[in-house]
Amino acid sequence: MSAIEVRDVTFAYASEPVVDGVSFDVEEGAFLGLVGPNGSGKTTLLELMIGLRRPDSGSVSLFGEPAVDFADGERIGYVAQDVANANGEMPITVREVVRMGRYPRRLVGCFSDADRRAVEDAIERVGISDLADRRVGRLSGGQRQRVFIARALAGEADLLALDEPTTGVDAESRESFYDLLHELNDEGLTVVLIEHDIGVVTTHTTEIACLNRELYFHGSPEAFVETDALADAYGGSQHVIHHDH
Amino acid sequence: MISTQILVSLAFALFTDGLVGGAVDFVLDDLWGTALELLAALTGFDILALPFMQRAYLAAVCIALIGPLVGSFLVHREMAMIGDTLAHSAFAGVAAGLFANAVSPLSVSPLLTALVVAAVAALLVQALVDHAGAYRDTSLAIVLTGSFAVGSVLVTATDGGIAVGISAYLFGSLATVTRINAALLLAMSVVVIAVVAAAYRPLVYVTFDEVGARAVGLAVTRYSQLLAVLTAVVVVAAMQIMGVILVAAMLVIPVAAATPVRGFTRSIAAGVVAGLLSTVLGVTLSYWYDVAAGGTIVLVAIGIYGVSKGAVWANHRISLGDI
Repeated sequence: MSAIEVRDVTFAYASEPVVDGVSFDVEEGAFLGLVGPNGSGKTTLLELMIGLRRPDSGSVSLFGEPAVDFADGERIGYVAQDVANANGEMPITVREVVRMGRYPRRLVGCFSDADRRAVEDAIERVGISDLADRRVGRLSGGQRQRVFIARALAGEADLLALDEPTTGVDAESRESFYDLLHELNDEGLTVVLIEHDIGVVTTHTTEIACLNRELYFHGSPEAFVETDALADAYGGSQHVIHHDH
Repeated sequence: MISTQILVSLAFALFTDGLVGGAVDFVLDDLWGTALELLAALTGFDILALPFMQRAYLAAVCIALIGPLVGSFLVHREMAMIGDTLAHSAFAGVAAGLFANAVSPLSVSPLLTALVVAAVAALLVQALVDHAGAYRDTSLAIVLTGSFAVGSVLVTATDGGIAVGISAYLFGSLATVTRINAALLLAMSVVVIAVVAAAYRPLVYVTFDEVGARAVGLAVTRYSQLLAVLTAVVVVAAMQIMGVILVAAMLVIPVAAATPVRGFTRSIAAGVVAGLLSTVLGVTLSYWYDVAAGGTIVLVAIGIYGVSKGAVWANHRISLGDI
């Protein structure tokens, strides 16, 4: 079954569409990398895919339901661009953030043993047990990203949507972060990732969608590197990507 | 308009004389009064036995509980200015109440009109912020100055009789806490605490990660409106002692003082403690030296903030091994 079905979706902020006639499916258990130049509509498309925006035309369905009316919000873990770097002064701890993963199911009332176990398991799964009582604002960028992943895992999310999660994260933490995503994907979690580093995307994902307002490519990373989709999508600016030293 | 005023007056008559009146007597005299008189006898602290100081201390405790409680969400959503804006709308509400009392035979509590006007302004501000997006400072400034303008026009529209009454609300005063006002303040505090307790988890989620909250299906706009209206209630409740101009301080300064505490829930508790120290000490000093209560409370709160920042700095130096 498809986790997400995008059907001929068009969306514009003003008159000029930023996403134009895009269609593709994301199967359950896929690890999709969404690539494209700056301003190519990647973030907007991701927001359309998880129902944060309503398409001007076309439709998006999420686990078989219309995405904008999707009721089981806790099935989706979304980490917006730069959210991990925002709100650094709020004295909230790692455990308090991970507990939020349970909030959609338990808006009021005491946490059950199952809730508490899910929180502790999620903290352990992403390897931040030693940081559980630290303030989120005091962590490094890579550690903070793990907190957000743990929050989604605590909510037993089926889909993880990440918008450039490793911006400003050092290379080593970045590598181990993608290893973690890879493992979680192997365990059955569907992942949609926006990433500007094409190398990361081609090595870690199972499929790639290349976007610049329109969809230029959707398929396996192996097929992607064989095509000219990247050059086409980046258009005239392609020479900027390749440096000859 | 007239019929609403009659209804309000009627509700007030019931409030003072009926069942509610009995409950107010019980809480103010039998519970709070007796407790403070006992404390006065034990400590030799005579002012605790004065009825008007008992009401002032009750207001002090209420403000210290609800100010930092709601303020914690505002400060960490970077919406601290909304407190100041709503305080100025409450001023317009007070002026409207005093104006209505001056030009008509009805008697409306200025606190009630302040509550209504501030709550409406809260929803208006939230709508403006939602639509204007990046220009939120501008919309807040328009509502802030606009309501103060309405207030000042209303104050001067009569022959000047209400200008005297208004200054008590501008700068705050211990004497404005009448029995009715103390009872209203207590009721508003109970409502604020109950609502925050019920909506605590979604409010925390929305405060920390608004987009994430929207993605998991929380009604972010509704919770933002709720927070704005709660702020309006806190502002009106605290206005009698703090004064319109300084009331926003209780939403911000104790919260800022508590920020070094680790854990959001614990930081709220610490903010309440900082608030209690500020208001109780401030009310006491204000009585002793016969100076404005609001100003004294704010100065004590800033002192506590300074101590908190100093402690963090010293702790940092020690951990670095400098001392």
